[in-house]
Amino acid sequence: MEFLRFATAGSVDDGKSTLIGRLLYDTKSIFQDQMESIEATSIQMGNDYTNLALLTDGLRAEREQGITIDVAYRYFATPKRKFIIADTPGHTQYTRNMVTGASTADVALVLVDARHGVVEQSKRHAFLASLLRIPHLVVCVNKMDLIDYDEKAFNTVKEEFRNFAMKLDISDLTFIPVSALHGDNVVERSANMPWYEGSSLLHHLEEVHIASDRNHIDARFPVQYVIRPQSDDHHDYRGYAGTVAGGVFKPGDEVMVLPSGFTSTVASIDSFDGPVSEAFGPMAVTIRLTDDIDVSRGDMICRPNNQPTSSQDLQAMLCWMSETSPLAPRMKLALKHTTRPSRVMVADLQYRIDVNTLHREENPETLTLNEIGRVSLRSTQPLFFDEYRRNRNTGSFILIDEATNATVAAGIIVGSGT
Amino acid sequence: MSITTYELNHLDQLEAEAIHIFREVAAEFEHPCLMFSGGKDSIVMLHLAAKAFWPARLPFPVMHVDTGHNFPEVLEFRDRRVGELEARLVVASVQQSINEGKVVEETGPRASRNRLQTTTLLDAIEEHRFDALFGGARRDEEKARAKERVYSFRDDFGQWDPKNQRPELWNLYNGRIRQGEHIRVFPISNWTELDIWQYIARENVEIPQVYFAHERQVFSRDDMWLADSEFVTRSEDEVVVTRKVRYRTVGDMSCTGAVESEAETLEQIIEEVSATRITERGATRADDRVSEAAMEDRKKEGYF
Repeated sequence: MEFLRFATAGSVDDGKSTLIGRLLYDTKSIFQDQMESIEATSIQMGNDYTNLALLTDGLRAEREQGITIDVAYRYFATPKRKFIIADTPGHTQYTRNMVTGASTADVALVLVDARHGVVEQSKRHAFLASLLRIPHLVVCVNKMDLIDYDEKAFNTVKEEFRNFAMKLDISDLTFIPVSALHGDNVVERSANMPWYEGSSLLHHLEEVHIASDRNHIDARFPVQYVIRPQSDDHHDYRGYAGTVAGGVFKPGDEVMVLPSGFTSTVASIDSFDGPVSEAFGPMAVTIRLTDDIDVSRGDMICRPNNQPTSSQDLQAMLCWMSETSPLAPRMKLALKHTTRPSRVMVADLQYRIDVNTLHREENPETLTLNEIGRVSLRSTQPLFFDEYRRNRNTGSFILIDEATNATVAAGIIVGSGT
Repeated sequence: MSITTYELNHLDQLEAEAIHIFREVAAEFEHPCLMFSGGKDSIVMLHLAAKAFWPARLPFPVMHVDTGHNFPEVLEFRDRRVGELEARLVVASVQQSINEGKVVEETGPRASRNRLQTTTLLDAIEEHRFDALFGGARRDEEKARAKERVYSFRDDFGQWDPKNQRPELWNLYNGRIRQGEHIRVFPISNWTELDIWQYIARENVEIPQVYFAHERQVFSRDDMWLADSEFVTRSEDEVVVTRKVRYRTVGDMSCTGAVESEAETLEQIIEEVSATRITERGATRADDRVSEAAMEDRKKEGYF
């Protein structure tokens, strides 16, 4: 069975938790004791109805305040697929949590209240989904029951959203009219909207084609760990363990190791279960080479005729996540990209982007918590990367504050050079 | 030309993700350690770790926090499995913490050493200078765990701060810590109970017999079947009966309940787990029933 990871974003009122609750409930993924527990808590909190948000808002602070603060992961399965939901908060002040949940998603689910149309928050969510290049965006136009399941109203929202989305880089955009509360078009097609000819949300999630979203063209293997057993049975064994970050590797492939530039041939691809005939992402394997060359953690194995960019200067979009200190030019930070750690200096902060209007503010002085901007970075040693749009694995990085060790930025590589 | 689709099924994806995490920790930390309870999740963890470093041995020791209230079958299993892997075993003993006066044994019929384990664990971390500890917790188990990162930062008191977790993006884990702090690492965060069983069946992973249905002397408490043992004090109206049961989770004998079951094979267990309407901790753990946020509270103190 295949996995699908999807991220939802929303605030308390737009029905996100109800929608997730509905998906879980209707696919029989809520257990009896969980249901009893949230029913009891709902009564205790004085709610008139069973608050399905309690299923995902698991922390004491979240329950006390009635809000989602952090990403919660939920799991459910149908006979067709297994699903991981990253349920993220929707407010601006939690943009970083949303970015966290969305970074690995195949599908982003954005909720729009049919009565209010496209609001600032829906725009922000769509922008973040496009920035993180989540391949599929599903817009659930919710609360259709409150506007008498009106087709025209649905089409208005759709047009409005499309107009905004044209400014973004979104390859697959789907609109589904739903009522999370009543279950219309969530799991089953709704009898209340005969004019809608598309799939229900669940059916769409089961069928959306994600297998070709990964990069199987550019062979990239960041060496993660060198396996040297130093035992009598495997005296001379030297294998390079790692996770395939792009393309396909086969025994006999001619490969190049960066930064040294030495070439060699894949002798074998090993695993505990025996030799592997081809390795592709996200398989975790061990590669052995025919030549005894110097290879260590942080090196990149690729093909001589298809190499990543090798540079100390990169152009990136950053989502800043530090509560305490803003990003400013000349700042020095630790960077983690693939398995290669490095240090970088912020050479230039080119612009800050208003996540609600997409307006660019040129040459700002700083980026503060939850702000997104474009920077030039200079690293202490060459990094081997691709543009994020081409490869999410070799195009992403995180920045770490060396004084506090906190993760302070998510980085998306858009190019090289200064 | 053959058409190849480059797809991995869900168990392969989960396995690859876990192996990646094991290797990343082994590469970046000085003194990692795998916490082993003898339960099915930690047995799967041991299996995954063996796969991650094959043909080399585990590059870290295995630690068991021994409450002294274990199922004997589980201890026997632990020693055999660790021997097969030629791994180094560290046993941290709750009994010893009691003897040394670091913790005080609870008394009464509900006494459990569950909470005492935290002190023993934190002392062992300090003694062995462990900087990364692998745990077999899963996010589907419990709502506080649903919020926890794969790399979960602990300060020098071993505390978890759920409101201030490091953002965790892509598969780029931030393992930077200061001396005295450590990271709890959860490679099987994204697995469900059913995934664990399907994987055990697929990989032929051996597990202790207590997971299969068997006849046992039990008594009923809080709608759970607890094993009658020297570690539990029964009240007068708690009558011992014989039932066919199995364990869905395996922990301390004093607070792990059994469920009535006929499942004697892995296939039957998978069938049972697929059909169940009760979560595994809900069915079997007295320790989670203390309050709505029992797990969160214990985790903040440094619990697994």
